[in-house]
Order: sequence, then C-alpha cells, then structure tokens
Amino acid sequence: MIEPRFAPGDRVHVDTRPAERHCRTPFYLRGRTGVVEAVHGRFRDPDRLAFHRPGLPKHYLYRVRFDQVSVWGEAAENSADVVVADLFEHWLTKASPGETAHAK
Amino acid sequence: MQNNDHGHTHDEPEVHAPSPDEPPPASEWEFLEKALSELLVETGVIEEADVQRMMNFTESRNPALGAKVVARAWTDSGFRDRLLCDARKTLREEMEIDVGTIAELEAVENTDKLHHVVVCTLCSCYPRNLLGTPPAWYKSREYRSRAVREPRIVLKEFGTVLPSDVSIRVLDSTADLRYLVIPKRPGGTEGWPADRLEALVSRDSMIGTALASDPDSK
Repeated sequence: MIEPRFAPGDRVHVDTRPAERHCRTPFYLRGRTGVVEAVHGRFRDPDRLAFHRPGLPKHYLYRVRFDQVSVWGEAAENSADVVVADLFEHWLTKASPGETAHAK
Repeated sequence: MQNNDHGHTHDEPEVHAPSPDEPPPASEWEFLEKALSELLVETGVIEEADVQRMMNFTESRNPALGAKVVARAWTDSGFRDRLLCDARKTLREEMEIDVGTIAELEAVENTDKLHHVVVCTLCSCYPRNLLGTPPAWYKSREYRSRAVREPRIVLKEFGTVLPSDVSIRVLDSTADLRYLVIPKRPGGTEGWPADRLEALVSRDSMIGTALASDPDSK
C-alpha cells in the first residue's frame, strides 16, 4: 500500500506546470501555498480518465486550505476567509518552511 | 374566415392556447440521444424500463430530500455527528438514501462563526444524487469565477449578508467529493419537529448562498 506523501498540517505548494488538456487543478491556485486539511484517499487520475484511460495508478487526493489573502493578495475581501479545494498529490510539493507565497 | 365541420370557426385566439401540435424540429443532440438509446435497447445493453427507472430515480433526488437530511441533523445530534463523519454510510444506513458511486459526499456544518459556500469553478459538480440537478446560476461562468474571489459580494447579491466576524470557507468541488452544507438552524425554532423545520431549508441554503429561512416567514 502506497502511503500518502503529505499529512494534515503540511504546507504544500501547487505546481505551476502547464495543464495538459483536461486538468482538475484550478488555474487560480497554481503557484499558491496552502495547508493540507485532510487526506481523502486514493482516486483515479482525472487527467487520464478524461481521455478514456483507466486513470491508474490512483493518486492521493487532499483537501487543501488557502487563505484568501495568499490567493488574491490585497484584493482579498476578508483576511479570515479561506478557499478550500481537493487537489491531487501529483500537483503538490512540500512547501519550504516559512514560504508564504503571498499573491502580489 | 374558415368554416369547419363542427359549426364554428377557429380563427378567434383562444385564451388558453394549447401547445402547438407540430413540435419544433429536434436538435442534433436529441437525434443523437434517440439513436444511442435505441441502439442500447436493440443490442440488449439496457431495457426501455431501465431508462424510465433512471428518470424516476433522477426526479426523486431534489432539494426536498436534502431538507429532510438537514432537519434530521438539526433535531438529532447523534445523526448529525455521524453525517459529518461519514455522509454516505449514514444516509444509507439511517435514511435509506444511496448517494451512488460517482463521487463521495461530504456534509459540512455552518455555525455562528463559520459559513461554507460551495462552488465548482471547473464545471458544475453538485451533489446531484441528493439534491437533484443544480440551478442554472450554479453552472454560470459568473458564479463559478466570482464565488472564490469575492464570496461576500456574491453572497450579498443573493441577499445573504454575513457579519465580518463570520469566516467564509469557499469549497471548490474540484475532484471526487461533493459537498452538502448543513445551514445554521434558525433561532426561534426550539422544539419544532423535523417536518416543520424542513420548510425552512431551501436549496440555496444547502449550497451556502442563502441562510435557512427565518421561522417568522413560515
């Protein structure tokens, strides 16, 4: 059994590579840093399923929380608000300690 | 003036005009649907009754069903805790609701200090197997793009103004989970039975763009 690479509380960075065709990692979160809230388990890869591939091996899916400020910078409406998305492991890397990656 | 064989004319406009006898021409998609469905039946993949059964199932999933779940969560804290922990299992075992295998369902709870609102920025993911088909605005580009960026302005446009000490959690349904919001139970409903509470739970309150209705309005 493959173990998840991230655990709740880990800070993760969303990759900025260009999406190849179908992709479930929203553009507005790419390059942003968030915190893992939960490990949902393993799911088939939507980037492959969209093209009638089996989508295997399955990838871990995480609930990742982003501060509105870290996504939208000064345009954020309220510093206490957050946006949460479910993101696949192959789009995440461990964020370096202290990395804030605030939007400009 | 046109006379016909039953003694009156038909050139006066009728108050309750019937729908036209000649339907508009079918679209390309309708032909495709018809061709595919006939082919599946002819080749024995499905039976016509299966199509009808599926349509009946789809229609049985609607906001009223979600409202039953919410009202039960409001009146039964054990049920609420199990629902928040494992929605699929709890709905199957305690309400005989099967949420299907396409996606997981997760229930989230709005409180005095925390308000969830659900969007699918990438398409229109929605807990269809509980709430039925999503409203048209949920699928609109405007809602999908703005709900994550300016949720407070969007909520205000729905008539929902939250105090600044209530944090907003926007849930973007990007993958294999669908979200059901359990709205905050309105004050002044103490002692209400579940079936009376159901009337306070709108579709939008289970998406998070509205609050549960004020009891004075019901």
